[in-house]
Amino acid sequence: MRLLRILQRVLLAIPVAVGVAVLAFFSLHLLPGDPVQIMLGDTNTSAALIRSVQHELHLDQPLHVQLALFLGQLARGDLGTSIVQHRAVTAIIAEALPATIELTVATIVIAVLIALPLGLAGAIHPGSWIDRTVLSISLLGASMPAFWFGLLLILFFAVDARALPTSGQIDSAIGVPPVTGFLLVDSLLAHNGAAFLSVVRHLVMPALTLGVVFAAVLARTVRSSMVDVLHRQYVTTARAKGVPETAVVVKHALRNALIPAVTVAGLQVGELLGGNMIVETVFAWPGLGRLVVNSIFAKDYVVVQAAVMLYAITYVAANLVVDVAYTALDPQMELG
Amino acid sequence: MSTLHLLHPIRRHGVRALSSMNRVSAGLAAEPVGFIAGVLVLAYVLGTLLAPLVAPYSPPATDLAARLAPPSRAHWFGTDALGRDVLSRTMYGARVSIPVGLLTVGISAVAGTALGMSGAYFRGGIDVVGARLVELLQAFPYLIFAIGMMAFLGPGFWNLIWALALKGWIEFYRLARGETLSQAKMEYVEAAHAIGYPSSWILVSEILPNIVNTVTVVAMLRLGYFMVLEASLSFLGVGIPPSIPAWGSMISDGRNVLFVAWWVSTIPGLALLVLVLAINLLGDRMREILNPRRRTG
Repeated sequence: MRLLRILQRVLLAIPVAVGVAVLAFFSLHLLPGDPVQIMLGDTNTSAALIRSVQHELHLDQPLHVQLALFLGQLARGDLGTSIVQHRAVTAIIAEALPATIELTVATIVIAVLIALPLGLAGAIHPGSWIDRTVLSISLLGASMPAFWFGLLLILFFAVDARALPTSGQIDSAIGVPPVTGFLLVDSLLAHNGAAFLSVVRHLVMPALTLGVVFAAVLARTVRSSMVDVLHRQYVTTARAKGVPETAVVVKHALRNALIPAVTVAGLQVGELLGGNMIVETVFAWPGLGRLVVNSIFAKDYVVVQAAVMLYAITYVAANLVVDVAYTALDPQMELG
Repeated sequence: MSTLHLLHPIRRHGVRALSSMNRVSAGLAAEPVGFIAGVLVLAYVLGTLLAPLVAPYSPPATDLAARLAPPSRAHWFGTDALGRDVLSRTMYGARVSIPVGLLTVGISAVAGTALGMSGAYFRGGIDVVGARLVELLQAFPYLIFAIGMMAFLGPGFWNLIWALALKGWIEFYRLARGETLSQAKMEYVEAAHAIGYPSSWILVSEILPNIVNTVTVVAMLRLGYFMVLEASLSFLGVGIPPSIPAWGSMISDGRNVLFVAWWVSTIPGLALLVLVLAINLLGDRMREILNPRRRTG
């Protein structure tokens, strides 16, 4: 029963992924005019050059042939070639990806560290002033435009205290030999403490910006599922048995409350990915989001197409993982 | 929410709609938070409509002698790098955010509700197509979908609304579909069938009035979200064309002078935050007031 449902979920994700690819394929045709002409820049490009690039991108073929070639390429892990940078898109994306992953992990850590205590504090005494404060902060955070909050943080930390860097991922004077592409890991591998510290310092503000905004949503979820769980009979039973309150909250309630909280958090991954894009732009963080924005202005549409597709596939995969984990963990599934 | 009709089984729909409107305004007026939020939203709407009359300066008017002037009596919120009045531009910025938000919500709510209700009621092809479309669109994080669309469509007021609404309808679709499915099992729908009313009439005149409250609350809660999305896109430079003052692009302009003139970015951002917060508060209160469980329980 359980295994069947998991298998069913995995199989259902496949047509969605194909649909995403088909949609990404057609996006290039949304451009007002000939994509190649637009990407090469409209003035003094020779007709021969345009024709050769059109041929390279298969744009001289009938639409259904183009689509088949595009999907075939994808299946081989080939995302095409950037006309603007004259490089494989997979290589361009592979360079940007580690920075985004580092930022995302740091964001999640910060969000959980803020949201968990806030949510718990609110849930333990629902309706109290602590609870009302938590809910107000959470509403404020949910209404906050992330890019603006980032600028406020810059004003607060960088301009006045001059303590933290506001752009980039590492001091330009420091070089780290690339091994994994993850600067935090690479600087440790190189035993370069100064580099590691520099990356951490650059990471603080972007991660804090998105982490705080994300924590607002998360705190609300933790609170409401904790309030729900604390009213369950097994919690009353535990209290009646004389289990100390801390143990009731942490051992009995929290563990069960985390299942719905994690599910909701998983569904928010989309917000996190989108928010990343904004924050990377604000802090000039050299990740995937900034790559997309820069590529839009460079008219490098092949990169935009591939990166948006990658975001969507990541999102589908994240939702799938959450769903499968939920199915695997939910004790009620056995009965159903 | 689906039990709402049981409370007034024989009331006419018009009366019912009016009574929920009254209930919302009375409920909001009775609570300080709801009242303040309502007044704030009203003030923004008035400011938007009257901007050409009350704005102290013309938004594109540059005054190079007063570049980056700090807040003063001549310029309450200072000026930007071209000497343009931040207060006036912020007031005009609302003329982008509010219409984009309202139009996106309107198009999304009408399209999503119509498709969701028809899908749930008639089943068959329309339901299958709707479900597949939703599945596909849900694969994209919202902001990334909108950025992708705008990258290819190019900046523009209507492009922005279409890029947002093209994904915005799915929430209303899912809501309307679910609500219609549960309403369709109710006795009043069966009764209407037995009398021989045509299906389309039952959908529009019997079922729709019973789900319109829920749709309105969700629309209210989405409105602020759409405004933040619009500002995010304009901030990135792919939303509203830079010639039109919009909060997102104003915040972006201010980034370059953040260290010397904090007000250029801060003021439009604050305007956006206060409006979105007020709208979200209003939506939250509306949900509480219209929740039938609260009234019966």
